[in-house]
Amino acid sequence: MDSVRSSRDAGRVKLPRAIKILVAGGFGAGKTTLVGAVSEITPLRTEETLTDRGIGVDDLSGVETKQTTTVAMDFGRITIGDDYRLYLFGTPGQERFWFLWDELALGAMGAVVLADTRRLADCFPSLDYFERRETPFIVAVNCFDGARRYDLDEVRLGLTLHPDIPIVLCDARERDSSKEVLITLVEHAMKVRLGMAAYRGTTTP
Amino acid sequence: MSRFEEHPDTQWVGEDAGPIVRPYVLTRGRTEPTSGRFDLITLAVTVRSVSPQEPGLDPECLAIARYCHQPQSVAEIAAHMNLPAGTIRVLLSDLLDQGFIALQEPHSETDMHDERLYRAVLDGLRAL
Repeated sequence: MDSVRSSRDAGRVKLPRAIKILVAGGFGAGKTTLVGAVSEITPLRTEETLTDRGIGVDDLSGVETKQTTTVAMDFGRITIGDDYRLYLFGTPGQERFWFLWDELALGAMGAVVLADTRRLADCFPSLDYFERRETPFIVAVNCFDGARRYDLDEVRLGLTLHPDIPIVLCDARERDSSKEVLITLVEHAMKVRLGMAAYRGTTTP
Repeated sequence: MSRFEEHPDTQWVGEDAGPIVRPYVLTRGRTEPTSGRFDLITLAVTVRSVSPQEPGLDPECLAIARYCHQPQSVAEIAAHMNLPAGTIRVLLSDLLDQGFIALQEPHSETDMHDERLYRAVLDGLRAL
């Protein structure tokens, strides 16, 4: 065996902390667009191979019934100084991949649920999931220029959203608009997790 | 004893061979990393210099070690290597076992109660 003691400087390396934010919503709601609007890198795609733990399948034969599914996720990155890196993950839009989110949602700071008012029901699975999992989330209604402005109270009603959950309008193509969405989410997550009433102290006017 | 394991001349996994070689071949059939949590946002950085013909390192591990000269997340490594995240986790655990890389695990959900964390992220976002 060769010596492996030649390792130079295997000591402490200062590494930033990575933070995860999820962007969920129905297919075509603009998840990757929002990620791309704020990311410092062109959104990358990663494939995660997942094993469905055979939920609802009786194993009578002893033959493995586990199914593996490969899902693709788009993600972007925002570097915050030397200490933090924010990673934004566009979750797969297909409802049948909900079991994937447990792995994704673990340790997430929060989630943005993008709503498309033409297909509002598409974001129900995401809302249910984050509510059940108690992941702080907000709803962002993606409305493109020229589209009619939606009454947010109407959308809130349509989604039967709890009054404490912020709902905002956005244009996912716009960097500033998407940035505001993320700020709203982080403020909300801070409020939920720390129970701070004074969290608005530093909100930009 | 003959050495079956190291044949530097037989790097049959060329750049064009991607779709031909199944990911489980690269991991020798292993699907779970030997150690570490390896979230998609776990950061890896190379802490030991790697020679181009590092004995005992597969070409993929070598490529990862070079790529992680700057800290990279599992997701970024997977995208860069064009391999599934599960494969990257196994290869990273090999690199970790051999002392080539260091890891930074992300915050657990219980760590998410640090006000400074939120303030820093908010300030960073506003400065974008």
